[in-house]
Amino acid sequence: MFVRPIGFSLALLLTAAPVFAQTAPTPPAVTPTEPRETIEGTLSNERTVIAIPSLATSSVQTVAGLRTDSLGRQIAEVIAADLERSGLYEPVGPSGVRAITRAEVQAPRFADWQARNAENVVHGFVDASGTGGLVVGCYLYDTALGSELVRKGFEIQPGDWRRAAHKCADAIYSRLSGEAPFFDSRVAYIAESGPKGNRIKRLAIMDSDGGNHRFITNGQSLAISPRFSPDYKKIVYVSYLNNRVRVFIYDVTAGSQKLVTESGNATFAPRWSPDGTQILYSMAVGGNTDIYRISANGGTPVRLTSTPGIDVGGSFSPDGRKIVFESDRSGSQQIYTMNIDGSNQQRISFGGGRSATPEWSPRGDLIAFTRMGGGEFRIGVMTPSGGSSRMLTNSWQDEAPTWSPNGRVIQFFRTTPGREGKSSLWQVDLTGVNLRRLPTPQDGSDPSWGPVLP
Amino acid sequence: MTIRKSTAMIAAITMLAVGACAKKAPETLPPVPEGTGTDTGAGTGTGVVPGSQEDFLASVGLEGDRIFFDFDQYNVDSADMATLQSQSQWLQRNPAVRVTLEGHADERGTRDYNIALGERRANAAKNYLASLGIDPSRISVISYGKERPAEIGSTEEAYAKNRRAVTVVIGR
Repeated sequence: MFVRPIGFSLALLLTAAPVFAQTAPTPPAVTPTEPRETIEGTLSNERTVIAIPSLATSSVQTVAGLRTDSLGRQIAEVIAADLERSGLYEPVGPSGVRAITRAEVQAPRFADWQARNAENVVHGFVDASGTGGLVVGCYLYDTALGSELVRKGFEIQPGDWRRAAHKCADAIYSRLSGEAPFFDSRVAYIAESGPKGNRIKRLAIMDSDGGNHRFITNGQSLAISPRFSPDYKKIVYVSYLNNRVRVFIYDVTAGSQKLVTESGNATFAPRWSPDGTQILYSMAVGGNTDIYRISANGGTPVRLTSTPGIDVGGSFSPDGRKIVFESDRSGSQQIYTMNIDGSNQQRISFGGGRSATPEWSPRGDLIAFTRMGGGEFRIGVMTPSGGSSRMLTNSWQDEAPTWSPNGRVIQFFRTTPGREGKSSLWQVDLTGVNLRRLPTPQDGSDPSWGPVLP
Repeated sequence: MTIRKSTAMIAAITMLAVGACAKKAPETLPPVPEGTGTDTGAGTGTGVVPGSQEDFLASVGLEGDRIFFDFDQYNVDSADMATLQSQSQWLQRNPAVRVTLEGHADERGTRDYNIALGERRANAAKNYLASLGIDPSRISVISYGKERPAEIGSTEEAYAKNRRAVTVVIGR
């Protein structure tokens, strides 16, 4: 089921979205009068309480082995977990709140939810579509105003129910925060197991909340530094296949892979351009590492750096016109920007310590990076000109930030010291306050967060 | 065959011991006589194949297969030169043998940078061997960055053992 091409069934789903309008009468839309919450709001402890009872069903049916009433609860749980993880909201339910009827979905008993101190309530339904699929609808209401704020509806394949939940959570989050959505997105990362001296590292993918986890490679060859293509169809990564260090493009649909470029030299640190047409990689020649750009379809690589030393990594600006990368040309690792043809190389990181692994925010306004100093690695952000540098985490070793699609949250991996030290995936929002560990079946490193699914 | 196998196992166990407690190794293990196959006293009938990894390790001695680097450095110092000279003598006695130079870094660097740093270190060792007359086409290079520490731990002692370039016999 879950080897289905990513987005394929949801593409159908979303083109079928108007089915929702056909199945549900439209209550009058009311423009909310209260101000929208912003990310800075998390600095206070006053999180908006949102009641989320289980989604109702018209009649309990079993579709592809899934009961519509059970799914109603599971979808509510995923929505609640997404909203809770954002740090902005305090979901209540589905545990501990009363079940709603199908009729209530569009006629909420607002007084009940106000009595539970819920400023907002989410109602929804899960019904069998009659064609082997499911119809899922969700509504966000303001309990004080007694008005509907947003609604979403999907006709989906049963196996896509988690995506329907993420889409509902995204609609709620966007409506209340004014920010772009990010829950319905995926992460590629490296699953780690085995002894520290001979680690097994496998390419793996999952939803942004850790759901729908899937291993891609079997661990026979060391795999590191994956990046999802913007359309999620491919993953570029480094494999030690045949005891060489080379960049491969793995085709998620076909299950096959190809070299990015033929070279006798080590190639590593691959990154996609925002439009998915080009790939940056680093290549070491005689101990000297430089950054190259090549078409994702192959062809002749363009060398972008030529200073003696290590020029490595790189991340495109969202408009595709600039690249931020790291170099030790000054004597230690620091962060630089350049145009995509390699011109106008300028150092942007200053201050104490070394700075590495820059990643340009999808919003374009910030660059996330790893700051090394005092024996610690921390995740920080700064503006593309190097200003307003600040640290978001404070631990022994936090490395390799990757941005949420909306540029408000950063995932990274955290390593603990010592012989029993572990690596795990974490995320933090731009306030630095909302810090969470992501669930993975094994240890994890090198996360790469992709865009919101269409 | 069985003798050869057991000797190989002894060599493997010795290597494991070196890897597991390299810090104490000089005090607890007997020195390996240079230029002989093993220290079992069985002479040339011990089953060590000339030109093999075991033969190389027996020749270059304890940790003679590797050189060590300072933090974020890749220069070959005088101690490294002596080690590489010993390696080059064995390589000259075994002119058909090919080797891989593995470059490694400690865990206090970011992943991609450490691969580049390991490349630098392995190439520094390769270049010195070449300067001693070893045909560079016999030497391939691979960097493991911080992926394959020799000594597990987050201490200065472990880091010092992990910042290394290791010569490994890969065959003829």
